[in-house]
Amino acid sequence: MIELERISRRYESTVAVDDVTLSIAEGEFCVLIGSSGAGKSTVLKMINRLVPPSSGRIRIDGADTARLAVEALRRRMGYVIQSIGLFPHWTVARNIGTVPELLGWPRARRRERAAELLDLFKLPPGEFLDRYPHQLSIGQQQRIGIARALAADPAILLMDEPFGALDPITRETLQAEIAQIRRASRKTVVFVTHDMDEALRLGSRIAVMDNGRLVQVDAPLAIVAAPANDFVRELIGRDDLGLKLLSLDRVASRLRRGETAPGDAIGDTLTLRQALSRMIADGKDRLPVADAEGRALGAIHLADLLRR
Amino acid sequence: MMAKALRDPLLWASLALLALVLLMPDAKPAFAALFPALERPMFELDSFLDLTLWHLLLVGASSGAAVLLGVAAGIFVTRPSGAEFRVLLDTVVTIGQTFPPVAVLAVAVPVIGFGFDPAFIALLLYGLLPIVEGTIAGLEAVPAAVREAARGTGMGQLACLLKVELPLAAPVIIAGVRTSVIINIGTATVASTVGAWSLGLPIIIGLNAANLAYILEGALPLALLAVVVDLAFGRVLSSLQGWRRA
Amino acid sequence: MLRNRVLLLLAIAGFAGALGLPFLTHAANRLVSGMPIGLMAILEERPVWAGALLPPVALLLVAPFLSPRTAVHALVGLAAASLLLLLPLVAGIAAGRLAAAAPPMARTSLGGGFWCAGLAASLALADALSRLRASPAAAALCTAVVVVALGVLLRSGALNGLAVVREYAARQDVLATAVIRHVGLVVGALVPSVLLGVLLGVRAAQRRGFGAALFLNVVQTVPSIALFGLLLAPLSGLAHLFPRLGELGIGGVGVVPAGIALALYALLPIARGAAEGLGNVSPAALEAGRGLGMSERQLLWRIAMPLALPVMLAGLRVATIQAVGLAAVAALIGAGGLGAIMFQGLFADALDLVLLGVVPIVLLALIVDALFRIGIARTQRVPR
Repeated sequence: MIELERISRRYESTVAVDDVTLSIAEGEFCVLIGSSGAGKSTVLKMINRLVPPSSGRIRIDGADTARLAVEALRRRMGYVIQSIGLFPHWTVARNIGTVPELLGWPRARRRERAAELLDLFKLPPGEFLDRYPHQLSIGQQQRIGIARALAADPAILLMDEPFGALDPITRETLQAEIAQIRRASRKTVVFVTHDMDEALRLGSRIAVMDNGRLVQVDAPLAIVAAPANDFVRELIGRDDLGLKLLSLDRVASRLRRGETAPGDAIGDTLTLRQALSRMIADGKDRLPVADAEGRALGAIHLADLLRR
Repeated sequence: MMAKALRDPLLWASLALLALVLLMPDAKPAFAALFPALERPMFELDSFLDLTLWHLLLVGASSGAAVLLGVAAGIFVTRPSGAEFRVLLDTVVTIGQTFPPVAVLAVAVPVIGFGFDPAFIALLLYGLLPIVEGTIAGLEAVPAAVREAARGTGMGQLACLLKVELPLAAPVIIAGVRTSVIINIGTATVASTVGAWSLGLPIIIGLNAANLAYILEGALPLALLAVVVDLAFGRVLSSLQGWRRA
Repeated sequence: MLRNRVLLLLAIAGFAGALGLPFLTHAANRLVSGMPIGLMAILEERPVWAGALLPPVALLLVAPFLSPRTAVHALVGLAAASLLLLLPLVAGIAAGRLAAAAPPMARTSLGGGFWCAGLAASLALADALSRLRASPAAAALCTAVVVVALGVLLRSGALNGLAVVREYAARQDVLATAVIRHVGLVVGALVPSVLLGVLLGVRAAQRRGFGAALFLNVVQTVPSIALFGLLLAPLSGLAHLFPRLGELGIGGVGVVPAGIALALYALLPIARGAAEGLGNVSPAALEAGRGLGMSERQLLWRIAMPLALPVMLAGLRVATIQAVGLAAVAALIGAGGLGAIMFQGLFADALDLVLLGVVPIVLLALIVDALFRIGIARTQRVPR
C-alpha cells in the first residue's frame, strides 16, 4: 500500500510536481501517464527516494519513507528504467543477482534464482546465464533488466517508461509478458508511460498528470468513457475514442453462444477491437468464436460491437 | 575591457619574466641575505638576458625544424599512399617516448661533441614525437563526411589538405607542438651540462658547487619562461577555436 | 610487384647503414677517437659469418616482393629476430679477437653501422608482428624471448670484447644498485601519487570541483630540473630549522626532493585518467544501480571503478614512463639511479658508459609499457 500525501517537488524556477495525493492499493497496476515534463517520472522517483520530495509525505505500508534507511527501502522495490542500465562488465547471471548479492544470498541460490527468472522470460538459462549485456539484443536486455528488478521478489515494482526504447513488436511482446507476470503474482506495480494504448492495456488504474498535477485518477474504462477534461480527451485521442473503448472489452463478453458462422474462428480472449479488425479484413459482419482448445463457442456479430 | 586586459595571466607572467631576467643582478642583496654562508650569492658568468635568449634560440630552432619534419611525416602517413608506414611510425614513436629526453642528449654528445649542435639534434629528435602524434590525431579527427564534401565540390587533394583538413586539425597539431616545446625547454636546460648556453647553466653550476642561490636564480626564470610559453600557446589555441564559440 | 614498402625501406636502410657506416670502432685508449672498422672487413676475415648473415638478410630483401601471407610474415619475423642475435654475436666475436691482439687500454665500441642495422631489424620485427596481428601479450612474449636470448649471449661471454660489456663487467654492482635505486624512486613516488591522484580524479568525476587542476597544470609545465631546483631551497631550509629532518635525509639534495617532484609530476596524468575513466561510465548503469539500492560507495567500487579501469591504467602508464625518464634527470641532484651512470659517461665523453646507463632505462620503460598495454587490454570489459 503506497500513499502519496500532498507531495511536491520544486526546483529553482519550476514546480515539477504540484501537491499530488494518490493512494495505490496492494496488487494494483497503477499507470502514471501524461505528456513529457508532466512530472510522472519525478513522482516515481520520489517513491524510491532517488528524488527527495520538497514537501509532503510518502508512506509505504504505513511507514513514512523519509524515516527509513534509503538503501534498504530501494532493495525492497524493483526498479526498471528506459535506458535499461545493465552493468556491462557483469554477466547476465550477476546482473540479475544484483539485489540478492546486496542482501547476502549465497551464490548458488543467486544463480538458481537467475535461472528461474530466465525461464520466466523464456530465455534458456544454459545459453544466457553467462552471456554479457553487449551480446544481447535490446529486447533481451530489457527482459534482463526486468528480471533484475524481480530477483529479490519485491512487493512493489517501479517501472519508468521501460519499453520506450524498444521497437513496436518487442514492445507488445513485453507488455504481454508483464501483464502475465503480474497476473501470476500479486505485486503492486507503478508504471510510467506517455503511451495511452499501453496504459489502457496494462493498467488497473490510470492516473493522468499534466504540468505536475493530477488531473484524473480512474479505472481505464472510466477514463475512456468519461474523460475529465480536454487534456485527457486529447491524450486518449479524439478520433480513436471508439476504438479505444472496444479494446477494453473482450469477445467472450459479447459472443452469442450456440450460434454458428462460416469461416475461420476467432479466439474468445481477444479484444473487441481485434474482432472488428478481423471482420473488416475478411469482409464479413460475423465471425465464429472458439476457445483456446479450438472448441466452438458461438459467434459474434458486428452489431454486437456497437452495443454499449 | 582595460580591466580584463589587466587581469590577464599571460601579461603578468610575461612582465614578471622580463623583470626577473633584466633585474636579477639588482636582487643580489636579497640573495646575500637569504644565503649568508655563500661567498657568491649571484650568478655573474653571463647576463640572464643572454642566457634566456640562447635558451629561446635553442628551443626555437629545434622546435621549428621539428614542426616542419613532424607535420610532414604526419601528413604523409595519413594519406592513402603513406598509410602503410603508419604502424612503423607508431612503433618508432612508442619506442622513442620510452627514451627519456635526457638520454637522447646523453647519446648525442659523445657522437657529435659538446655544445649547441648535439643539443639541437637531440631536441629535434625528441621534439618530433609529440608533433607527429598530434598531427596524426588531428588529421584523423577530421570527419570523413567533411573530407568527402570538400572533394565533392571539386577540390584537389592538396587544396583539401590546405583549406579544410589542416585548419580543422590545427588545434590538435598545435597542442602537440605545445607539448613538444615545453618538454624541449626542460631538455635544453640539461643541455647546459654539455656546454650549451641556457638558463640551465646557473642551475647546473649551482648543483656542482652546492650553491643554492645559483640554483634558485636559474630555476625561477626558467619556470616562468615555461609558464609564459604555455600560456601563450593556450592563447593561440583558444583564438583558433573562436569559430566554435561564435 | 612490391607488396611491402615498409620492409623494403627498412631492409635497404639497414643494409646500406651496416655496410656504409663503421660497424665497430677501435681506439687504443680512452682519449683517442676510434678507428672505424667496416662490416666488410670483418666478414672478409671470417667468411663463415657472411654465410650465417646472408640467409636472413637475403630473406628481408626478397620478402617485400612476396605475396603477404602469414607464412611470409612469420619468416620475416624470424629472420629479423635472428639478425638481432647474429649482429651482436658477430660484433662480439670480432671485438674479442681485436682485444686479444691489443693492449688492455684499448676499447672496441659498437659503431653506427651496428646500430643502424640493429634498429632496422627491430623495426622489421615490429612490422612483421603487426602484420601478423599479434596481441599485445604475444608481441611482448616475442620481444621477451629475443631479450632473454641476448641475455644468454651476454652471459656466455661471447660479447666480452665490446667496450660497453667491459664497462658492465667493471660496474656490475654499481649497475645493480643503480637499477634498484631507480626502480625504488619510481615506485616510491608513484604510490602516494596513485592514492592522491585517484582521490582527486574521483572528486572531479563527482563534480566536487577540480581546483587542484590549475596547480597541477603549472607543475606539468615547469621543467623537471627547475622543479628539483625550486624544491631544494625550501627543503634544505627545513633541514636547517629542524636538524632531525636532516638526519632522516630530508636535506637539500638526494632522494627526497626527487621523490617529491616525481610524485607531483605523476599526479596530473593519474588524476586526469581517473576523472576521464569515471566520467565515461554509463549513466544508465549508475542510475539503475542506485535505484536498486546500491550505496554510493558500492556503486563506486563495484560498478564505476571496474569500468573505468582501462582509462585509469592508461593514465598510470603515462605517469610511470614519465617517472622512469625523470628519475634519470634526478641523478643531477644526487638521487642516484641509472641517470648517475649516464651522466658519468656524459661528462667523461664515454659513449659506452652512457649506453650502460641508457639501455637499462629504455628497457625499464619498455617493460613498463608492455605490462601496462597487456593490463589495459585485459581490463577492457566493455567491447570498443
